Amino acid sequence: MADAAITAAKALFIILLVVQVMGLGVFFERKVSALIQDRIGANRAAILGFAGLGLVNTLIADPVKFLLKEDVVPAGTDRVLHFLAPVLSLVPVLVTFAVVPFGDVLEVGSRTINLQAADLNVGILYILAMVSLAVYGVVLGGWASNNRWSLLGGIRGSAQMISYEIAMGLALVGVVLAYGTLDLQAMARAQGHLLWGWLPAWGILYQPVAFLIFMTAGVAESKRIPFDLPEAESELVSGYFTEYSGPKHLMFMMSDFVEVVLVACLVTTLFFGGWQVPYLVRDGFHLPWGAALALPSWAVALLQVTSFALKLVFFTWLQIVIRWTLPRFRYDQLMRLGWQGLLPLGLANVVVSALVIVLAAGPAA
Amino acid sequence: MTPPLAWYLGLSAVLFAIGVLGVVVRRNVIVIFMAIELMLNAVNLTFVALARSLGSIDGQVIVFFVTTVAAAEAAVGLAIILSMFRNRETTNADELATLKW
Amino acid sequence: MSPLIFLLLAALTVASALTVVVHKNPVHSACALVLTLCLLAVFFVGLDAQLVALLQVIVYAGAIVVLFLFVIMLLNLQVETRAMAGALLVGSAAAGGVALAALIFAALGRTVAPAAAVPAGFGETAALARQLFTAYLLPFELTSVLLLVAIVGAVALARKPT
Repeated sequence: MADAAITAAKALFIILLVVQVMGLGVFFERKVSALIQDRIGANRAAILGFAGLGLVNTLIADPVKFLLKEDVVPAGTDRVLHFLAPVLSLVPVLVTFAVVPFGDVLEVGSRTINLQAADLNVGILYILAMVSLAVYGVVLGGWASNNRWSLLGGIRGSAQMISYEIAMGLALVGVVLAYGTLDLQAMARAQGHLLWGWLPAWGILYQPVAFLIFMTAGVAESKRIPFDLPEAESELVSGYFTEYSGPKHLMFMMSDFVEVVLVACLVTTLFFGGWQVPYLVRDGFHLPWGAALALPSWAVALLQVTSFALKLVFFTWLQIVIRWTLPRFRYDQLMRLGWQGLLPLGLANVVVSALVIVLAAGPAA
Repeated sequence: MTPPLAWYLGLSAVLFAIGVLGVVVRRNVIVIFMAIELMLNAVNLTFVALARSLGSIDGQVIVFFVTTVAAAEAAVGLAIILSMFRNRETTNADELATLKW
Repeated sequence: MSPLIFLLLAALTVASALTVVVHKNPVHSACALVLTLCLLAVFFVGLDAQLVALLQVIVYAGAIVVLFLFVIMLLNLQVETRAMAGALLVGSAAAGGVALAALIFAALGRTVAPAAAVPAGFGETAALARQLFTAYLLPFELTSVLLLVAIVGAVALARKPT
């Protein structure tokens, strides 16, 4: 019983963290894009005439506006699928956060709580499975709109998503080869190891090519610029979610931001140490020149969670800056990059990684 | 108390029978195909349940192969349906039944 | 998994399988198929087959049914007016299905399957991979050739004749 309560608390914590970072993502989107484009961001919303909170007013006003809008279902469409598509787009990506580790362990009384909502030993495959399910939201959204441009956006979007899933999977194969495990918490813990006594062995040192492939494929999966042709605003209005208004539109937009946060979480966990703070182990700091600083377990956990959150925010910001800097790929360029660029590169990465691991292990392996 | 093996095998039998029903009764070739996939999955359930019951991992290895073969078969079968549709403009199994025009 | 959860999920699985087979709209059939496959993955997890369950979701629910949906949308299949064959065929098929299920149930009553305690690490990637690359190496290599043939065949069949 207590185990179930602890798991529920962990799940709640990670979901709340994700939703906060998603809100921050909207904040960044408005303000960072305004900075890049040399204008002031959204500053028109006011609560009862008080505009002093600036962007926060907009962040409150936007969701409220979406939730109160009328839910228009176009005539002649399939109402069941029209209702189901945003749900299928949002729920799989939210559920993926169950396997993301946000800290090492927390010792409460006699219990050692592993700070990960679901400790699956096949964590990476779970992520791939949920990302595969998210394709249905796009396909059904385009189909259920009874609108040929939405259908076009839906087909393009789903073809793009399944193509880049392959590149993502190959990048993950490289990472799995480097760590020898599919469990995300084990990978995060393995990155606390120090190379040559002083350099934290973060994933990017082992698999730099996989990092690039994964980052590109992740941005393509979430259909952000430069890969946002399925919802290209200047071409297809809103692509596959043109015919959705009100709460359903909000769910599609939320799924966009939640995927941004997901890619940031995964990049952090796989390539940048996850919750690792350099030189911090379970009982305090062990600095390479011999000094040590003892810390209580709750302080260590707090530092680790904070480090995770900061890295998460950094990668979310990075994806938003990429969005507002690069132009959009044309569809054939996009597919060519996925199949003729990332796929061979991913395969080559797997082969080279495997060779290096076998050779480095020596004749005993 | 975990459910006994017979329950899993019974569920698999029911799913297989539903799949057979679908293949025999429906006229749309794509739905026939979906019923075939249902039959393959019923067999997968049987294999996994027996693997657990006998403690042998071989059952799960076979499921791996069945899934892969089903994927290959689905790809080729749907390509066949596409090219037949281009020629005949129909997906009704009764109308596709004759090879001659 | 507790028997109550098993019964609930089994009822749901049978209901969605019936929807696949009976529903007139092919897109709804495909969605019901996805639900059935995901429920079967839940059963697999309950049977200590975590890797197989996730592979089921990734390959079947995440790729094969998407392929079905693409083909349905490409062919623009409408809701069928006359979904099933004549009443005689439906009746005899239903009777045949019931007979098949009864036969299988009867055969089950005769099995004496030992409920062995599973070894540690059962159903995990390492155990499966060890068997796959040692005892089942030849089928593994042949499957890769099969997939290559399937890719080439599908592309060759589905290309527009030039």
